[in-house]
Amino acid sequence: MEHNTFHKALEIQPELCIGCSHCIKVCPTEALRVSGGKALLYADWCIDCGRCFRVCPSRAIRVVDDDFDNIFSYRHRVLLVPAVFYAQFEKRIPRRVINDILGDMGFSEVCTVEQSADTLVEEINGYVRGAGEKPVISSFCPAVIRLIQVRFPSLIDRIMLLLPPIEVTAQYYVRRWQMGGGDPAELGVFYLTPCIAKIAAVKSPVGGYESPISGVINMDYVYNKVLHAYKNKKYPEEGMGTESVNDAVSSKGLLWPLTGGEASQIEGRALSIDGMSNVIEFLEKLEDEEIEEPIDYLELRGCDESCPGGILVQGNRFLVADNLREVAASAPDTHIKAEEYKRFCSAYIKMDAVEPRSMVKYDKDINVAIKKMEMAGMLRKILPDIDCGACGAPSCEALAADIVREDASLNNCIFMQARFEKEGSLQVSEAIDLMEQVWGKDRFVNKEKSESE
Amino acid sequence: MRLEYDVAAGDFTRAGNASSAIKKALKQLGVAPAVVKRVVVAVYEAEVNIVAHSYGGHITADIEPEGISVVLADTGPGIPDVRKAMQKGFSTASKEVREMGFGAGMGLPNIQENADDLKIETEVGKGTTLSIYIKF
Ligand SMILES: Nc1ncnc2c1ncn2[C@@H]1O[C@H](COP(=O)(O)OP(=O)(O)O)[C@@H](O)[C@H]1O
Ligand code: SF4
Ligand code: SF4
Ligand SMILES: [Mg+2]
Repeated sequence: MEHNTFHKALEIQPELCIGCSHCIKVCPTEALRVSGGKALLYADWCIDCGRCFRVCPSRAIRVVDDDFDNIFSYRHRVLLVPAVFYAQFEKRIPRRVINDILGDMGFSEVCTVEQSADTLVEEINGYVRGAGEKPVISSFCPAVIRLIQVRFPSLIDRIMLLLPPIEVTAQYYVRRWQMGGGDPAELGVFYLTPCIAKIAAVKSPVGGYESPISGVINMDYVYNKVLHAYKNKKYPEEGMGTESVNDAVSSKGLLWPLTGGEASQIEGRALSIDGMSNVIEFLEKLEDEEIEEPIDYLELRGCDESCPGGILVQGNRFLVADNLREVAASAPDTHIKAEEYKRFCSAYIKMDAVEPRSMVKYDKDINVAIKKMEMAGMLRKILPDIDCGACGAPSCEALAADIVREDASLNNCIFMQARFEKEGSLQVSEAIDLMEQVWGKDRFVNKEKSESE
Repeated sequence: MRLEYDVAAGDFTRAGNASSAIKKALKQLGVAPAVVKRVVVAVYEAEVNIVAHSYGGHITADIEPEGISVVLADTGPGIPDVRKAMQKGFSTASKEVREMGFGAGMGLPNIQENADDLKIETEVGKGTTLSIYIKF
């Protein structure tokens, strides 16, 4: 089946994939399979959480980002840097050196993403006060938004229709450029991303919105560049950097990407929940109306420890979070650009309703879907229900659904194979053929070789 | 397509199992979220009533392309005065049941509100059968 409507932020590199099935087990939407010895992605079901990337032992999953040299298609090149980026180097490399290295890489201006937090706090509190149904769910983490679109369509109306900080900040720099008489075609706004969810969110945003961000750059790539330049002392002397720096940010802004950073700013009762499994557990309860206590706001983040845990962040997430907290402790309550942000951005801060993106598990036509689900239910009764994954699907339930969609066959199940063999309806050689279709020829060849050696 | 579940009396920890399984199936079939919600509320309340007020029962859900019909049959004391039982706030729930947070007397009214069709057959000393129909 074809699954290719949305921007793919990651890609499986077949030449590196060893078909080990680690990834299929961790995907929260069961969007991965192993077939022909390689992992396959159902892109429509993928929510860009990055879990598969994290567990892949052979680095076969690649982040699809923009070519760095694209920045040079613009005359004025603004880099929006999230606070977690600096927090990876804290105490080791002075901030001015980091900025100068970014300038050397080609950026004309280096700006902090979380500058918009101060304006957002006011807008969010107004929004929550006026909201009909509560809790309001934060629009911050795009992996969570996509999770809700795909797995919890009934909660879609709870998503806050205000842009996340990165988009508000991008809007600010675009407005400022235009108001200064700059040619829009000459401005490039780039985002240094801690995760693939943000890449997908910029490329195919939700809520009837088009992002003014010209390109997304991987944080781990730039981290290594900065570290390398610093170690080799390849950076301008103090005061000789070519970039201009706009790093005014308040303590609110610095704490925003951390777990609790948003919730602590909400008037009323707000919960902060991080980690995909925790988020799913809570949303299940919310959907079933099992949450009886009143809650005004939910800050939900896909990664453990929120953005310090982003897959493109190289620093240890606990240290990065701690560094950020320490910087925030001595940062001002607000910053000099806050008022200007309010004037420039309040008209651009809202987005339209978010559309559901329900998984079509069986069929779009309910007549067909019911029949297929019924068949899958019968298959479930004969499958062993131990979710071993040897068939290439993450669970027996997923295999049953794959079979009725004709994406897999009952023979893929090793337990069924054993049974068929016993009954004489399947020969050993046929069984091996079938396993080769799932796991690839090489796997069995290699095994034999290493055993005979 | 038919889904079936047994419901044990008094087991509040498992009350809701049938309604969440039905919810999962409807979501996977792509039924509109608002409709799924109504089904879940109605079935959940009826399921809790079997747990709280009967000696045990059985749930049969038939999913058709046009809608779902759910029959919840129990053996138990039955309902002597259905009209009274349907009133908001009316409850005969025991003190223990109330202490567990059930027994607000809103179950039957909620079922009525969410179902497109509701039929209650009951015989004192024998049991109760609720038939709920909700259109997609
Ligand atoms: N399955 C049942 N068997 C016997 N009595 C029932 C059943 N369902 C409901 N009732 C009666 O109807 C009353 C009202 O039900 P309901 O509106 O669900 O409120 P609650 O369950 O909170 O008491 C119950 O208190 C009980 O007396
Ligand atoms: S990024 Fe997340 S949702 Fe997408 S395939 Fe990987 S684990 Fe699944
Ligand atoms: S918590 Fe932050 S880093 Fe992780 S997916 Fe969400 S936005 Fe990205
Ligand atoms: Mg009740």
